[in-house]
Amino acid sequence: MKGWLRVRLKLLSGAVLLLSATPFAGLAAQQNGARPAASASPAEDGQWTMPAKNYASTRYSGLNQINISNVARLKPVFTFRVGTAKGLEAAPIVVGSTMYIITPYPNYVWALDLAKGGKPKWVFRPHPKPASQGVACCDVVNRGVTYSNGRIFFATLDGSVFAIDANSGRQIWRAQVGNINKGETVTMAPLVAENRVLVGNSGGEFGVRGWLTALDAGSGKLAWRAYSTGPDKDVLIGPSFKPFYAKDRGKDLGVKSWQPDGWKIGGGTTWGWISYDPKLKLIYYGTGNPGPWNPEQRPGDDKWTAGVFARDVTTGQARWYYQSTPHDEFDHDDINEQILLDMPVNGRMRAVMVRPGRNGFMYVIDRASGQVLSADPYGFINSVRGVDLKTGMPIPVPEKKPKSGRITRNICPAAPGAKDWNPSAFSPHTGLLYVPHINLCMDMGVMETSYISGTPYLGAEVKMYAGPGGNRGVFTAWDPVRRKKAWELKEDLPLWSGALATGGDVVFYGTMDGWFKAVDARPGSNGRLLWQTKLDSGIISQPVSYRGPDGRQYVAVMSGVGGWSGAIVSAPLDARDPSSALGFVNAMRDLPARTKAGGRLYVFALPR
Amino acid sequence: MSSRSRASLALLVLVLAGCDREERNARGAPLPETGPAQQAALAATHSDPRAKQYENVSFQISQGQRLYSWMNCVGCHAHGGGGMGPPLMDEKWRYGGRMEDIVATIQKGRPNGMPAFEHKLTEQQAWQLAAYVRSLSAQPRQDVLSGRADEMSNTEPQTLDERKPVKDAAGSEPKGPVK
Repeated sequence: MKGWLRVRLKLLSGAVLLLSATPFAGLAAQQNGARPAASASPAEDGQWTMPAKNYASTRYSGLNQINISNVARLKPVFTFRVGTAKGLEAAPIVVGSTMYIITPYPNYVWALDLAKGGKPKWVFRPHPKPASQGVACCDVVNRGVTYSNGRIFFATLDGSVFAIDANSGRQIWRAQVGNINKGETVTMAPLVAENRVLVGNSGGEFGVRGWLTALDAGSGKLAWRAYSTGPDKDVLIGPSFKPFYAKDRGKDLGVKSWQPDGWKIGGGTTWGWISYDPKLKLIYYGTGNPGPWNPEQRPGDDKWTAGVFARDVTTGQARWYYQSTPHDEFDHDDINEQILLDMPVNGRMRAVMVRPGRNGFMYVIDRASGQVLSADPYGFINSVRGVDLKTGMPIPVPEKKPKSGRITRNICPAAPGAKDWNPSAFSPHTGLLYVPHINLCMDMGVMETSYISGTPYLGAEVKMYAGPGGNRGVFTAWDPVRRKKAWELKEDLPLWSGALATGGDVVFYGTMDGWFKAVDARPGSNGRLLWQTKLDSGIISQPVSYRGPDGRQYVAVMSGVGGWSGAIVSAPLDARDPSSALGFVNAMRDLPARTKAGGRLYVFALPR
Repeated sequence: MSSRSRASLALLVLVLAGCDREERNARGAPLPETGPAQQAALAATHSDPRAKQYENVSFQISQGQRLYSWMNCVGCHAHGGGGMGPPLMDEKWRYGGRMEDIVATIQKGRPNGMPAFEHKLTEQQAWQLAAYVRSLSAQPRQDVLSGRADEMSNTEPQTLDERKPVKDAAGSEPKGPVK
């Protein structure tokens, strides 16, 4: 085993050498020493088998045929209409010579033959319950399928998890994990690790009680379920739970940090991203906002919402937890991605996770212990003063506290945070993290609300608008070691697409009005625009790159505007009411004139 | 009565009884939710005099506005602009825009996610709520509309809004009595 590992490592370093031998490597400024966790980021194989590319969640393709000097010649190779016109947030998945994509509700899964120019091999129609559309907060999206061991795994909006045969598209098993009558939906892409299919629920706006569920990948049987609120036995907190901060130690804090019974409808849903460290056997994921949004109705820290959990993948037992936003007052869900890196911190190599938090702080957390090593703002924040590293607690700003009977103005970042779900990419080549995010502030009013099962449980009204500078989107290249921006691009519209980093030092992302952009990844480049093309509809999906059956490098992305930010176009909503789409519409009034609803996959390559 | 006529009467009764035996109810009564009886009941409400009484009275509309908030309608439909649910301030009505249609939608729910509220609201409250929903697109008489918006986000008062024609989802105006 050890010998095998050593060979693997040698292969890896060989790959790194090969990479640095490319003519463009010399242009990258001095590397900062950050690299993805080795056990979670195997050598490049030209595929893209899970939305995050690997367990470290780098969203980096080592392929470098497409590079800074030739990317301007990219041309579409084929496109494919997916058959829906709602928000397309998923990443296309590439295994061998087949691409797999999933649409928003009704969650069609398409298998496309890349050896035959993208010709469909099969389509799987899972027929989710139509009523699930009515309890899907913020459009009927799906964030992707994942591949493991000859099977494609995905979840439908109405809370079913499917395993289907990757070759034939035949169903192997189906497991019902969510209940739409309680407002539970599932929008996230599952992660498969150690024969466990991990999937969590959505519905933080419906008083749902959040959970993460692990199913046996072979049979679909329940392995464990860990709730985000309630008594320790439900949260899977036991003797192995060793949180770093004293405030997180104690019995049944998931009950005691709520007013009586509040935890039963307390949110903390899990609808974002999971990373996995195969060496520590720990999974990492964030929990969503507490319910209702109105903080006056839930005094206390509202554990274990709006924080990050480390859990044993086999048993689900919690190892540590860190609450980035205790007693969340602004819908600052903490479901964003965590990128597992090994990097120098104060001169010493540490095994860390880097998290661009909803609340606007770029967290560097020791992934073995849960200690916050640094937390620096990467966007404009006035809702908290900073993070006290001794206690891990954010320092509150009393005048931004929402209170019934008044409207609290200019809270930054707004409810979708400084960054929402759309994931960042990390390039081991430049050592930078590429963060697509937003710059919005909001006015907020709260009022008492009552819980009615299957209806929104909010008690708050919000109105969003552009933050300082007037640009609603930002694309930031962040140096996690130096703890500052290398460069940043201002975007007019909020960025709701993921980022893709590549070995050719080209970074890709899309805008909500349909521009697919390639920019120079290098630290000193200021993100120079290298190429852009206008697609059918706005882009809110996750671009990927792969090696095709012909050996060429391809870049794929889906266009189809929607999601919370784009529902004004895909629903469509009425822009005269600023509170539409939970207040997001106020910031998006110009979008209907700039793009239209759609649903199309685009695949690009260099001309032969 | 002679014994003869008595005998023929008995025979007649027997013959008629035989006819009755051949009459069978092959399909059973339709379920009340889907059957013609229910359709007839719905059709009857199209001329329901309550429609005008509720939607042309300020008090009923403002009661409806309170219910709109209390029943969490705001979470999905916002203040008419929509979100998880469709907008209510425009001229498109997927399931009909008449008072009776809206009352049916509130009470029974709709297949694409609108929950049923019939066990959570009284009939009177459903009518009040429907009256408020119609006021979001300025359907009632101008002099009964609210002169200011209640909510923090400050939509324009409905009195400044023009009355929209009531159309179905395809954008055509349905036939039959509208007001």
